[in-house]
Amino acid sequence: MSKFLQPVLVLLWKDILLELRSRDLVLSVVVFGLLVVVIFNFALNSNSGRSAALAPGILWVAYAFAGTLAMNRSFVREQEQGGLEGLLLTPVSRDAIFLGKAMTSFLFMLLVEAVLLPVFAVFLGFSVLSVTLGAAILLATLGFALVGTLFSAIAVQTRSRELMLPVLFFPVILPVIIGAVQVTTSALGGNTPSGLDRWLPLLAVFDALFLVICPWVFSVVVEE
Amino acid sequence: MSNQPTGLAVNAQGVEKNFGDWPVLWGLDLALNWGQLIVLLGPNGSGKTTLLRVLSTQVTPDSGKVSVAGFDCRKQADQVRRRVGVVGHRSFLHDDLTCQENLVFYSRLFGLPDPGQRSGEVLALVGLGHRAGHRVRTLSHGMQKRVSIARALLHRPQVLLMDEPESGLDAESRAMLKALIADWTGSGRTVLMTTHNADLAAEMTTMVTSSRTGYMQHGKVHFPDDDVLGSGDGIRDNTVPIPEPPGQREGSGTPL
Repeated sequence: MSKFLQPVLVLLWKDILLELRSRDLVLSVVVFGLLVVVIFNFALNSNSGRSAALAPGILWVAYAFAGTLAMNRSFVREQEQGGLEGLLLTPVSRDAIFLGKAMTSFLFMLLVEAVLLPVFAVFLGFSVLSVTLGAAILLATLGFALVGTLFSAIAVQTRSRELMLPVLFFPVILPVIIGAVQVTTSALGGNTPSGLDRWLPLLAVFDALFLVICPWVFSVVVEE
Repeated sequence: MSNQPTGLAVNAQGVEKNFGDWPVLWGLDLALNWGQLIVLLGPNGSGKTTLLRVLSTQVTPDSGKVSVAGFDCRKQADQVRRRVGVVGHRSFLHDDLTCQENLVFYSRLFGLPDPGQRSGEVLALVGLGHRAGHRVRTLSHGMQKRVSIARALLHRPQVLLMDEPESGLDAESRAMLKALIADWTGSGRTVLMTTHNADLAAEMTTMVTSSRTGYMQHGKVHFPDDDVLGSGDGIRDNTVPIPEPPGQREGSGTPL
């Protein structure tokens, strides 16, 4: 196993083990996501005629809110008992630490989204069997995880971290949310032909940029 | 002294560190030999913890040169981290993992060949082999401290930096700590520890031949046996007040 990948997987193993023990992240985020769906469903009275237009927006607003909740916990765990300090005292590169944490967030978010998607489909009346939708979820979630992990590391060092994370996170992730909504609209048969041609590659480009920029900024942020 | 590089274990020259307008280390010089124990005393806020954080690469000094085991703390931080073990105020452990799991986690991050075996060894060293499978949150504060010491020893560091390691330890654990430090220095490794406990400092310096007690004051380390400050000036019992550092505006302090 490569020297870079090994600590990434060790961090992933540790976070999964901690989640299995505490069960405080995935469960609460799933419940929150379900509540968002139910509230939107009743608040917007999304009958069958409007659901195709509303579904992509509701889906991604719920995912974004649920994602923020999950990201808030990402580094709080490391802050307790100085876990992050302990990590920084090891010879592991800061990039590997960042990617380990981002991969954990990515997998947890995918799990939450996989649980929520069928519920959305029932409430909003669309089919989950779409490769395009799957691609949009994968790409957008990767972007969420990368940016969210970075801002979680920054926000955890502030006193009002729960407030700080969404304030920092949403302006940066907005293009990804817009892209994900556009692609989802296309996938669900909505009238946005540019969704696939333009936005799906753009989501991949955003992810590539975040993959380069976020670990670098993280290294600078945690150095002191 | 086997397997230790030549030169100094720790070499700091002209180190300065400010937190905002507040200077903490001002032109600090410190040289530690292999196999040496330095016990640092000093009042709160005198810069003991900052010094340890600089040596462990957690804090970058504003100026000056720092090397540990021959490696530059700024340019070769990864090499320094491989050679330094740190016992801090916090345990760096995860409450919901067992002692063994925590140590295996750190062993893997240090790339140790047999994490399970090494974790068992260091837990036995701190007398907690029988609690290996217990979650950290179920242990007392003193036991958590002992696991934290075990974590610092995992990768057999050449330089051990301990920030008040005796806090929270009972008499038996303190005896274990003293024996451990004596063994560690006896094998040619270097230990730098801070404490507020002058009695412990005296005991440690009696136990370890190549040891010195230093006093942190004015952002520097002073050794009374060098007669830098002389004796009888209140430094030994930590009662010397910290003077206003240079560059502070008059009246900028917050009265209590």
